[in-house]
Amino acid sequence: MLLSYIVRRLLIMIPTLIVSSMLIFAVMELPPGNYFDTYVAEAQASGEQAELGRVEFMKKEYGFDKGPIGRYWFWVSGLLHGDFGYSFEYQMPARDVVGDRLFLTMLVSFVTVIFTWVIAFPIGIYSATHQYSWADYGLTFLGLLGIAVPHFLLALIFMYVANVWFGTSVGGLMDPKYLNAPMSWDKVRSILQHLWIPVLVIGAGGTGSLIRRLRANLLDELQKQYVVTARAKGLHPFRALVKYPLRMSLNFFVSDIGDILPSIVSGAELTAIVLSLQTVGPLLVHALRSQDMYLAGSILMFLSFLSMLGVLVSDIALAALDPRIRFQGGSTK
Amino acid sequence: MFVDTHGSGFGPAPPEILRVEDLRIAFALHHVLGSARHNEVVKGASFRIPAGRTVALVGESGSGKSVISQAIMGLLPRVGAVTGGRILFHDPAKPKACVDLAALMRDGPEFRALRGGRIGMIFQEPMSSLSPVHTVGDQIEEALQLHQPVARAEARAKTEAMLRLVGFRDPQGGYDKYAFELSGGLRQRAMLAMALICRPALLIADEPTTALDVTIQAQVLKLMKDLQREIGMAILLITHDLGVVANMADEVVVIYHGEIMEAGTVEDIFRRPAHPYLKALLKATPRFDMDEGERLVSLRESGSMPMARKPERISDTRANVPAMLISAQSLRKVYHARRGGWLGRGKAIGIPAVDDVSLEIKRGECLGLVGESGCGKTTLSKIMMRAVTPDQGAITYCDGSEKTDVLALKGQPLRQFRRRMQLIFQDPVGSLSPRMTVLSLLREPLDIHGEAAGKQRVKDLMRAVGLDPRFLNRYPHSFSGGQRQRIGIARALALDPDIIVCDEPVSALDVSVQAQILNLLKDLQRDRGLTYLFISHNLAVVGYMADRIAVMARGRIVETAPRHELFRGPAHPYTKRLLNAVPFADLDHRLDFSSVTLASASDPSLWPPAFRDDGNRASLKDIDLGGGHYVLARENADARDLRP
Repeated sequence: MLLSYIVRRLLIMIPTLIVSSMLIFAVMELPPGNYFDTYVAEAQASGEQAELGRVEFMKKEYGFDKGPIGRYWFWVSGLLHGDFGYSFEYQMPARDVVGDRLFLTMLVSFVTVIFTWVIAFPIGIYSATHQYSWADYGLTFLGLLGIAVPHFLLALIFMYVANVWFGTSVGGLMDPKYLNAPMSWDKVRSILQHLWIPVLVIGAGGTGSLIRRLRANLLDELQKQYVVTARAKGLHPFRALVKYPLRMSLNFFVSDIGDILPSIVSGAELTAIVLSLQTVGPLLVHALRSQDMYLAGSILMFLSFLSMLGVLVSDIALAALDPRIRFQGGSTK
Repeated sequence: MFVDTHGSGFGPAPPEILRVEDLRIAFALHHVLGSARHNEVVKGASFRIPAGRTVALVGESGSGKSVISQAIMGLLPRVGAVTGGRILFHDPAKPKACVDLAALMRDGPEFRALRGGRIGMIFQEPMSSLSPVHTVGDQIEEALQLHQPVARAEARAKTEAMLRLVGFRDPQGGYDKYAFELSGGLRQRAMLAMALICRPALLIADEPTTALDVTIQAQVLKLMKDLQREIGMAILLITHDLGVVANMADEVVVIYHGEIMEAGTVEDIFRRPAHPYLKALLKATPRFDMDEGERLVSLRESGSMPMARKPERISDTRANVPAMLISAQSLRKVYHARRGGWLGRGKAIGIPAVDDVSLEIKRGECLGLVGESGCGKTTLSKIMMRAVTPDQGAITYCDGSEKTDVLALKGQPLRQFRRRMQLIFQDPVGSLSPRMTVLSLLREPLDIHGEAAGKQRVKDLMRAVGLDPRFLNRYPHSFSGGQRQRIGIARALALDPDIIVCDEPVSALDVSVQAQILNLLKDLQRDRGLTYLFISHNLAVVGYMADRIAVMARGRIVETAPRHELFRGPAHPYTKRLLNAVPFADLDHRLDFSSVTLASASDPSLWPPAFRDDGNRASLKDIDLGGGHYVLARENADARDLRP
C-alpha cells in the first residue's frame, strides 16, 4: 500500500515538473532581449570588438535562432539527458558552475535546519509550559526580534561587530585560499570555522517563527482532555508532555518539512550576497540579472524539484506519525 | 502527611476510603505576572466515600463538583489551588496509613503512585480523553507499567484480559485499535480498562455516560456495577443526571455553588428530599408520566416576558383542523465512504443515512424525532431544510393555499422558502460567531433577506426570548450557555418562520437551564403558532415537547405514534429497547440491568422476524395500529405480534 502510494506520488510529480518548467521558462523569456544582445551592446558601448562570429555560432548552438518553443524544447530535452545547459556568463556548462556551490548550499541549509530545531524545540516547549511567565515573555521577545530583523541587516551587524571589535573578516564560507582548492581537512576546518555566522544569521528568523508556532500548537494541545487522562494515570508531567501533546503538535512541524529547503535557499540570497557566501543564491541572482537563462532556469528547476521531494517526504512522515491520516485519509463525507 | 486514623471518628463497617473535610478550593482570576485575585469555587465541602460503595456527587455545571474530583486526583488546573481542608485517602491495601491528598505535592512521586494506581478516573468525552495517535492497548498498558511494571508479553496479556473484562469481544484486535476506530461505547469501555487495570480502590467517574446514547449508557452503567463487584472498588460518580443517580448510587451528595446542600443515602434523598434545591432539581427533570399541560419548573425563573405578538396568527392556525405543513415521501440519501488501509484507495461503500423515509408534519404541532447517534435524524432534518439533496424522494411544503415541491425550488423561490424554515443548533457556543455582537447576529438573517432590520424589531426579538435588549451590543462570550441558546432561538425567530427544526437544542445544557429553554420553546410555539421538528436522543425531553414522536433506527423511521401512545405501548423492539434503557429519577422504576445486553439495539438481526427485512427493503411497510400509531413491519405480520 505504501509503495503504491509513493509510486503514485512520484508519477504525479512528472506533470508538476513539466508545468513548473514551462512557468520558469516563460518567466525567463519575459524580459526583452537575451544574453547575447546584452553582451554585444555592452561590448560595443565599451568600444571593444565583439566576437560576432562566435556569438552567432553560440546563438545557433543554443537554439536562439529558433522561436521560444524551440528554445524551450532544446532546454527541456537537455534536462532530460542530465544536461543542464550552458552558462554564457561563465562559458562553461551550468552543472560545473553550480558544482561545489550546490554542496555548500545544502551544507548551510542542513546545518541551519538542525540549528533551528535544536534551539527552537526546547524554547518552544518551555514557553508553552510556562505560559505568561517572565521567561516566556523574554523568549517570545527574542523570537519576535529574530523574525522582525531582516537577515541581511543581521549579517551586516555581525560583520561590523566582528570587524570592529575582533578585527576579523567573517565573510565567505571558507578562507579565500581554499576557494578552488580540492577538498582537504584544512578546507573542511576552514568551512566549519566560517559556517556558524551564516547559520546564525539565516536561522534566526526560522527559529523565531518555529518557537512561536510550536508554542501556539502546544498550548492548544495542552488544553486537551487526553493530557489530563495521561496525568490521571500517574504519568510524570514531563513524560506525559513528550508522549502526548508534543507528539500531536509535531504534525504542523512535519508538514512544514517540504517548505524548509526552498525557503532557506531562496530566503537567504540577500544574506549570502552580503556575506559573500559561495552558495547557489548569489549565483541565481546574478544569472537572472545577466539573463544567463539556462543557468538560472536549471537552478530554479532544481529548487522546484527539491520542494516537491520535500513535500512528498513530509506527507509520508505525516502518515507514519498520525494514524488518523493513515486510516481515514480516503474517506469522504 | 500521615494522619492517625483513630482520631477521625470513623463509623463502623464499611470503612471510609475517602473523607473530604471542609475542603476549600480557589481559582486565581487574573494571574498575569503574579498579581492574583481569588475566586472561591468550593466553600468548605465535607463528605465521605465508604469502601466498595457508590457515592454520587450531584450538581449543575459550575457547582464545583468536577473541581472537587480534580482536587482528589491532584489534577487541578494551574490557576486552582486547595486553600483549606483535608482530603483523607485511606487505602484498604495499607490499613494503617491515611494520606492527606490535599497536602501532597501534586506531581510528587507519592501522589503519582496513587493517581492511576489506587485511584482511577474516567471522563465525559471518551473520544477526546484518549490520544488519537496511540493505540488503545498502548495507553492502557502504560497505566499498568507505571504502577505494576511487568515484562512486555505479560503486560500485553494483562491488558487483553482487561479489555475482555470490559466487554471487548476481540481483545487481541482491540489492543491495536485507535480510538477513532471504536464506537463511543467501546471508547468509554477502553477508558474504564485504563482506569481499572491496576485495580484501584476508588474510581472517579466524571459524567461517564453524558455523551453516550441511552442504550449505550445503560450498558456502560451496568459494566461499572459489574466491575465494582469484581474489583471491589468504591465509585465517586459525578453527574447532573438524577436518573443515573437513582440507578447507580448508594449515597448521594448534592452540591450547589460550591457548598454541600444535602447528603444521605439514596433512599433518603429521593424519598424525602429536604433541601429546596434538590426538590427543585427533581421538578426540573422531564419525566415520561407528566400530564398533558404540566410544566417543568425551572430552578430560577429567568424573567422571560410572556409574548403577546401576532395574535391573528394563532387564530388562523388553531381555528381550522390542523393541516399538513410539510411532508416527505420516500426520502433516500446514501453517503459514500472509502474504507481502506494505508493511504490507499479502499473500496467505496454506500451507507444509507436516510432510507425510504416518509413523514408529515402538521401545522402547529411538534413532531419529535428520536434515535441513537448515527441513525440519520440530523441528515433527515437537513434534507427537509434543503441543506442536503436527497438521492431520491420528494418534499412537499403547503402554506395553506398552494403546494410547493421543495426539491424543485431554485433561485428566488428557494430563498423565499428558506425563510419559512429555520434551525436551532445543538451547540450554543459553536453556533454563534464569537466576532459578532448579538445585534449583528440577530440582524444577519434580516439583512440576508433584504428586510429592514430596525433596532426595534431586534429588541422585540430579545424580549421574546427573555433577554434584556440592553445586551444587544455584547458579544456571545459574555453570556451563559442557556442565554446563548436563547440568542440562537431569537435568530431562528427573526424571519418569522413557520417551522423550526430544533436539533438537540438542550442536550448541551444543564437540567435547570434545560427546563427554562424547553418552557421557552413551548411558549413561543403557543404564542406564535410555530411548528417544530424536534430532534433529540433524550426520550424524556422529546416526550415533554412533542405531540407525536417518530423513532428512527438505521436510516428508517420504525415507529410513529402520539407521545402517550408511544410511551404506553411501544410496538417496535427498537423503541422498547430505547424506553427500557432510560434511567428514571425514581427509585421504584430502576433499570433492569440484567436485561441489558452488549448487543446493539439497532441491530435488526435481534428483532423478531416480523420487523426484519432480511435483505428485501420493500417487504417492510408502515402498519397502522390505529390512533395514529404506525410501526414498520412486514405486511403480512399478525397484528397480535405487533401489539405490545
